[in-house]
Amino acid sequence: MSPLSRGFHGRRRASDVDASRVPPGQYVTTDFPVLSAGPTPHTPLENWTFSIKQGGQTTKSWNWQEIRDLPAEDVTADIHCVTKWSKLDTMWQAVSLDTLLAQVGHEARFVLAFCDGGYTTNLPLADVTGGQAWLAYGYDSSPLQPEHGGPARLLVPHLYFWKSAKWVRGLELLAADEPGFWERYGYNNYGDPWREQRYAGD
Amino acid sequence: MAGTAVRGRLTWQVATVTAVRPETTSVRTIEFDIPDWAGHQAGQHVDIRLTADDGYVAERSYSIASAPGEPLQLTVERLEDGEVSPYLTEELRPGDEIEIRGPIGGYFIWDSDDARTPVLLVAGGSGVVPFRSMLRHRARIGSAAPVRLLYSARSLPDVIYRTELDMPGDGAEIVYTLTRQQPPGWAGHSGRVDAALLTEVAWPEDRQPLAFVCGPTAFVEIVAGELVSLGYPPDHVKTERYGGVGAP
Repeated sequence: MSPLSRGFHGRRRASDVDASRVPPGQYVTTDFPVLSAGPTPHTPLENWTFSIKQGGQTTKSWNWQEIRDLPAEDVTADIHCVTKWSKLDTMWQAVSLDTLLAQVGHEARFVLAFCDGGYTTNLPLADVTGGQAWLAYGYDSSPLQPEHGGPARLLVPHLYFWKSAKWVRGLELLAADEPGFWERYGYNNYGDPWREQRYAGD
Repeated sequence: MAGTAVRGRLTWQVATVTAVRPETTSVRTIEFDIPDWAGHQAGQHVDIRLTADDGYVAERSYSIASAPGEPLQLTVERLEDGEVSPYLTEELRPGDEIEIRGPIGGYFIWDSDDARTPVLLVAGGSGVVPFRSMLRHRARIGSAAPVRLLYSARSLPDVIYRTELDMPGDGAEIVYTLTRQQPPGWAGHSGRVDAALLTEVAWPEDRQPLAFVCGPTAFVEIVAGELVSLGYPPDHVKTERYGGVGAP
């Protein structure tokens, strides 16, 4: 039983926010806060690729134009950051990871996303297939800005937003799970906001 | 890289306020007694949870201001539109209880007496809080690591921990830059942190320094980018961003 905080009343959620869309411990913001562990990388588009790796080998790679030529979707999603802000009805332009993964043969059960700057994050394959995950390069009908992960980031809105890796450059397909960057620093391996899986052991 | 995983589950613990101290007109340091606190590393943060009498709950994250081994202190800036920070800075008083969970974060931390690795700390506003933990930790362990703090504040009265920072001891160097208002006769730096100021203040990259940058997003973007331009390897520039953008 939590002790009551004397004199704390809270502001409550604005009446136009549907409380059922806000996971436990989160608050809704209309800003788009930025969080990252290091400097923002700036990879020129002519040097940019998105790669699928298996067994240490690149088995498929797309350049920027090839990604842009793939069928894109407008995705509207609520996003939830482990630092406690949630942002509702964000709008993205993105390619489904189903589209990318359909172009490689594999028997993987997990993926490790890798990024410019050395960031990684791990996800079960079941969470990045079936219309649940995208490679996003547009936000609000504009190119995705570098501080928000541009030129392209993952978008996996049903998990805490650190899983939606910024500056993503590819996926390593794995038979066994392997923790990524924040997952090695004490954050939850899976990160379901609805079960408030923020940290290891949650 | 070596992970410093948090072991086991982080449980909510009842923390009793033992002291509050104003730092500036809008910033306050709060000290807590937590009977089972497992300790922390310099640079880590905690989650706090407030519960209203009708069961309404609000959670936020705050950097730890005290050194490892000291009682837990948080330094909180009141944000005008905030829901939690006005409560913490104006209402909370000794004897009150809130819930705290942590410590959290294993990347933006510093724990070294390596005299060969100079450390650059660059703070914007309340971004100085985790650096106060690091500076105190350095003094407590008698670290030989050269440390330089470049602290950007709006004005001298906005400088948090000023009395403490004015007597850094042990050769830690503190460099202020005041962005909006300077007192008469101010001999220090003025204006925002930019390439010229960093060139002057930052350790040269050939000494293989380690940099920590903490502040509002725009500040961190500029400073981290300039440090990379000065030759700092990106993985030697650790960043943490907060304040000013929807994190009341």
